[in-house]
Amino acid sequence: MEEQFPIKKIIDDQGNLIDSSYEKEINEELVKKLYYHMSRIRLFDRKAISLQRQGRIGTYPPFEGQEASQVGSVLALDSEDWVFPTYRDHGATLTFGADMTRTFLYWNGRAEGCVPPEGKNIFPAAVPIATQIPHAVGAAWAEKRKGTKNVAIAYFGDGATSEGDFHEGLNFASVFKTPTILFNQNNRYAISVPVEKQMNSKTIAQKGLAYDIPSVRIDGNDVFSVYFETKKAVERARQGEGPTLIEAVTWRTGAHTTADDPTKYRPEGQGEDVINPIERLENYMKNNDFWDEKWIAKIETELTEEVESALEAMEKYPPANPEDLFDHVFTNTPSQLVEQKEAYLELIGRE
Amino acid sequence: MNVKMEKQSEQKETTQQLTMVQAVNDAMKTMLEHDDTTIILGEDIGKNGGVFRATEGLQEIFGEDRVVDTPLSEAGIVGTSVGLAVNGFKPIAEMQFMGFVYPAYDQIMTHVSRIRMKTMGHFSVPMVIRTPYGAGIRAPEVHSDSAETLFTHMPGIKVVCPATPYDAKGLLIAAIEDPDPVLFMEPMRSYRAQREDVPTGKYSVEIGKGEKVQEGTDVTVIAWGAMLPVAKQAAKQAEQQGMSCEVLDLKTLYPLDRDLIAESVQKTGRAVIVHEAHGTGGLGNDIMSVINDTSFLYLRAPIERVTGFDVPVPFFALEEHYMPTPKRVLQSIEKAVHF
Repeated sequence: MEEQFPIKKIIDDQGNLIDSSYEKEINEELVKKLYYHMSRIRLFDRKAISLQRQGRIGTYPPFEGQEASQVGSVLALDSEDWVFPTYRDHGATLTFGADMTRTFLYWNGRAEGCVPPEGKNIFPAAVPIATQIPHAVGAAWAEKRKGTKNVAIAYFGDGATSEGDFHEGLNFASVFKTPTILFNQNNRYAISVPVEKQMNSKTIAQKGLAYDIPSVRIDGNDVFSVYFETKKAVERARQGEGPTLIEAVTWRTGAHTTADDPTKYRPEGQGEDVINPIERLENYMKNNDFWDEKWIAKIETELTEEVESALEAMEKYPPANPEDLFDHVFTNTPSQLVEQKEAYLELIGRE
Repeated sequence: MNVKMEKQSEQKETTQQLTMVQAVNDAMKTMLEHDDTTIILGEDIGKNGGVFRATEGLQEIFGEDRVVDTPLSEAGIVGTSVGLAVNGFKPIAEMQFMGFVYPAYDQIMTHVSRIRMKTMGHFSVPMVIRTPYGAGIRAPEVHSDSAETLFTHMPGIKVVCPATPYDAKGLLIAAIEDPDPVLFMEPMRSYRAQREDVPTGKYSVEIGKGEKVQEGTDVTVIAWGAMLPVAKQAAKQAEQQGMSCEVLDLKTLYPLDRDLIAESVQKTGRAVIVHEAHGTGGLGNDIMSVINDTSFLYLRAPIERVTGFDVPVPFFALEEHYMPTPKRVLQSIEKAVHF
C-alpha cells in the first residue's frame, strides 16, 4: 500500500523543488501568502501555549508542526466554501477568516469562540472525534442539491479513522457523490497512541479504496504539495466528481494539549529529525530569491501586533453573561427554562 | 372538543379517515409539497415505503433526491442531516426502530442538541428524528424500546409523542416547522389501531401542550402514546367502580405541559402516571417533580407510577407482562383513591 500511495512532495526538506511540474505555478505572491499565514498561526499557537501556562486561558491543544497542512489546505478553498474543523484546526479556521479574538475566547471557555464572522461558513470545532465528517458531507450534499459549486472540507486526525463516523461519513460521501474534501492530518499520534498501534493499515489513504473515493498521500509538511493537491480535490468536487480523501503526513511537534506530557509515551529523540514546515518553506524561499528580509521583519511586527491586540481584546471582552446559559438552547425558550433562569438571576442579584 | 376545533383553523373543510401511520405519511406528504427544503432520509424508506409503510408512495411523487434511501447507518443519517440542516434543508431522519437510535445517540447528544447553544444561535438544526417505539407487536429483540428519557434528559431537543392519528399529523407538521430539533416518537402498536377523521390540508398541533381527554374528579391519570388507550381503559373500569378519572394525554414529553398537570392534580388531589419505559429514571419521576413543585399541598394521596419494570424490554413472549396493563393501572387508581 505504501507503494500504491507514495508520499507526494513538491519540495524537499532543504527547500529544493523536486517536482518541476509546479514550477510555474509557484510565484512570489503565492509563496508570500503561504509564508504569511503559516507565520501568523504559529505566533497565535505559541502565544496560546504561553497564555495557558500563565493561567490566562484554559487547556490548549497546540498545532505546531501542522501549519503547512492547515494553511495549504484551507487556502485552496473559496470564501463560499464550508470548513468543519477539529479542536486542533484553529490554524485553518484563522486562515479562512475566523476572528482571532474569538478564537482566543474559545480557548478561554467562551461560546463566542464558536460564532464565525457573518458569511463565513466555519463550523464550531468538533471535540468528539470524527463526528464532524458526516456534518461536512451533509453540508456538501446541501450545496450539491442547491446546484452551487461550493464544497465542504472536513479536517480530522489519524485517530479519527478508527471511529465509525469516519467510515459512515466516507460511505455517504461516496454513495451521494458529495463535494467533500476529507482532509486527514496524520500527525502520527492520537494523544499517546502512535499510528502504528492505531491501525494495521500502512496508510490512511488506502481507506478511501474501500469507498471508491480517490485518495492521495502527501507530505503534510510541504505546503506546496498540500496546497496543490487540495486544489485538485476542490476542483474535482466543483466539477461534480465527488469526494477526495487526502492523507497529509505530518508531525505534532508538541503535546496533545497543554495538559499532556508526551515524554511519557514518545521515545526520546523521536521527531527531532522532522524539519518543521515553516523552516522548509524558508529554505525554499532562500533558494529561490523569495527571501526578503525587510518584508519578513515587517510581517513579524504586523503579526505580533495583531496577536497582541487580539489578546488584549479577548482580555477586555465583557465577562461571560449568565443569561447566555439559558438563552440559546432553543429558539423559543420553554417556560421551565425561563423560570430556572429568572430564579437564578434573582439569586445572584441580577435583574 | 373546542380545543380541537380551534387547532384546525386552516383548511379544515375536508377530512379523511386515517390510521396513525397514514396520518404520519400524510403529514410528510403535506410538508414535502409545502416546503421544497423538506427532505426525508432513512433506511428502506424509498421504494419500500418504510418497514411500517410510513413513507409509502412518497418517493414516487417527490423523487429519490427528496425521499432518500440511505446506507444502513444511523449516525450517518443523523450526522449528514446536521450538515443539511445548517445549510438550508429541513431533514426528517427516520430511525427504523427506537432500539436502533443508539448508534446515532452520539450525534444527537454532542451535536444536534448543542449546536444552537454553542454558536449562540448562529447555527441551528431544524430537523426531525422520527422513530417508531414501544412493545406490543411481537417484534424481535431490541425492536420494542421506549427510550424517551434518554432524550428528555438531553437539553436542546424537544420530544413529542402522539397517541392519535389527528395528533400524529398535526404534531409532525409542527415538528417539521419547528426551528429546533424534535425527536418524534410514534407508538408502533397504535399505528393501525384506530382510524379517525384527519383534515386533508396543513394544520398543526402545538408542541408543548397536552390535552385533557377525559374529565373526572377523583384522580388524574397521566399518559401518552401507546399508554393512552391503556390509561383510558383502566379509567373506564374505574368509572364502573365509582371512581371518576381525569385522563391527560401529554403529547409532548419535553417541554412538559406543567400547567395542564398542575391544574388537574390540584382539582383531583391524586395522580397516577403511566408509561411504558422503565420506572427508574423514567419520565414519571419528572412528572412527580412537576406535581411536587406545583401541587404538593393539594395532594390527598401519594403519587402512583405504573411503568415498565426495571428490566430490559424482554423477548415478545413476555412483553405483555413487561408493559403496564389496564389491570395494573386500575390497581394504582384504587390505591390512590382509597389511600
